[in-house]
Amino acid sequence: MGEHNIRNFTINFGPQHPAAHGVLRLVLELDGEVVERVDPHIGLLHRGTEKLIEYKTYVQANPYFDRLDYVAPLNQEHAYCMAVEKLLGIQVPRRAELIRVLYSEIGRLLSHLLNVTTQAMDVGALTPPLWGFEEREKLMIFYERISGSRMHANYFRPGGVNMDIQPELIDDIEAFCDPFLKVLDDLDTLVMGSRIFKQRNVDIGVLTLDDCWKWGFSGPLVRSCGVAWDLRKAQPYSLYEEMEFDIPVGKNGDNYDRQIIRMEEMRQSVRIMRQCLNKLRAPDGQGPVATLDGKVAPPSRKDMKRSMEALIHHFKLYTEGFHVPAGEVYVAVEAPKGEFGVYLVSDGTNKPYRCKVRAPGYAHLQGMDFMCRGHMLADVAGVLGSIDIVFGEVDR
Amino acid sequence: MNAELQALSDHIASSLGEAIGDRAVAYNELTIVARREDIVRVVTFLRDDPQCRFVCFVDICGVDYPAREKRFDVVYHLLSPYQNRRIRVKVETDEVTPVPSLVEVFPAANWFEREAYDLYGILFSGHPDLRRILTDYGFEGHPLRKDFPLTGYVEVRYDDGQGRVVYEPVKLSQEFRNFDFLSPWEGTDYVLPGDEKAKA
Repeated sequence: MGEHNIRNFTINFGPQHPAAHGVLRLVLELDGEVVERVDPHIGLLHRGTEKLIEYKTYVQANPYFDRLDYVAPLNQEHAYCMAVEKLLGIQVPRRAELIRVLYSEIGRLLSHLLNVTTQAMDVGALTPPLWGFEEREKLMIFYERISGSRMHANYFRPGGVNMDIQPELIDDIEAFCDPFLKVLDDLDTLVMGSRIFKQRNVDIGVLTLDDCWKWGFSGPLVRSCGVAWDLRKAQPYSLYEEMEFDIPVGKNGDNYDRQIIRMEEMRQSVRIMRQCLNKLRAPDGQGPVATLDGKVAPPSRKDMKRSMEALIHHFKLYTEGFHVPAGEVYVAVEAPKGEFGVYLVSDGTNKPYRCKVRAPGYAHLQGMDFMCRGHMLADVAGVLGSIDIVFGEVDR
Repeated sequence: MNAELQALSDHIASSLGEAIGDRAVAYNELTIVARREDIVRVVTFLRDDPQCRFVCFVDICGVDYPAREKRFDVVYHLLSPYQNRRIRVKVETDEVTPVPSLVEVFPAANWFEREAYDLYGILFSGHPDLRRILTDYGFEGHPLRKDFPLTGYVEVRYDDGQGRVVYEPVKLSQEFRNFDFLSPWEGTDYVLPGDEKAKA
């Protein structure tokens, strides 16, 4: 065969491919079946979130954060609310912090359940997603019961949370915990123990710690390299300091380790949720669920009917909003996918001057090129699944 | 915490000399302003110096201040997992002056610089592949600049006759309303009828 017959082959993967996890277009350069180069084309879901936020008041900007990583909405609101609170210099009541931690962990379950089970689907199994989605459905009902919405909750607000949690809901979440651990054990045997799942994931997409840092990776990707780096422990925010939980780490830095870590993180999340529920029932867990500063948190409906001051506060908050002192902060939380950060610049008015969303998926997707080089075409879907991409946050 | 950050800030300033301009510690966060042409040297120092070890890349983003002569800030965030600290480095630039690219120091800077170029039109010299990233193929303008309207300039629709998506100038059925919430005592200087009498 003459030399001119040998050439690389370029194919389009997506933007409408079931394993592309949304609207990703990958331009793959192949030598036979071996991937030579990956060029992700992103932005197909770009909605200009950061621009829109600059034209909204601080409270109106909150719902945009649900729509970034739409499988774990409240974790991102958490980062934004903490950024606003840091600029305002206000304290959040203990009960609100407990609810925030509780729902952040529910968000982590939502995200990890989706990722682990669809990873199994990407490599050929259809049952795990069905099992996982059954549990996600129950968790979404908890979202609905606290906020009225299954996904886009808009429930965390600067200064606290929107509404108090009902005792019945606390009981129901507790009743969810034990059967859920049983489901996790089943998933463990079904997915993690599966011979095919291991064949498709062990030693695929191997990372070193050095790679992770310089490529800006975070979350399970860093932990799969054997470092217990978790912002909940390293730079504790909210009430994570008083929660007892362990950070699972991997040894090999491959796809399989990342999924094992996610499975164990779900068990740890349940552990945190249990502690939150107990603390919510304890006497010191009672009290208001939003700051009592009427200039930031709206008054209750009842007060509005009787108090002129409350009525004025309500009117001002929902027309003009509150003004935030000039300054700039960067606040990061350990979202299920990694470090989710909000860089907020305020110029002293009622609207953010600049709000940069630092999404973990953006940095992770950038690493696709060097993680896939030299792998087979079929491994691209596996690597993509293991770095846990959701396009809402990548494209913003 | 603040004292530690102050000490770190002094250490950086004494080691790098005039490459560092203003330094500030606010909200328990350290911000340093670097000279634009020295940014690669500054970040390399922050990454390699044993007292800093900001080895983890976090973020690059632009901020637009149209009133300034050098209208853009490029803001770099770095994290030191070993010292458990964060740092923010800023440089100033304008529409035509390129900022040295950090791709050689942190490969992750690639996409973040492309994003800053796409959304603000900030140029990076030495970047291997400075293409648009988030906006549409063939997009014109830099949407996160303060002088770019929220609604944009073009809208798309599917044209049955031509059998493809076409771009048209944006048509608003209602004018975009942007209210001024600054109080009249501190905000815009309104010219109200009769004001001239009070001044006279």
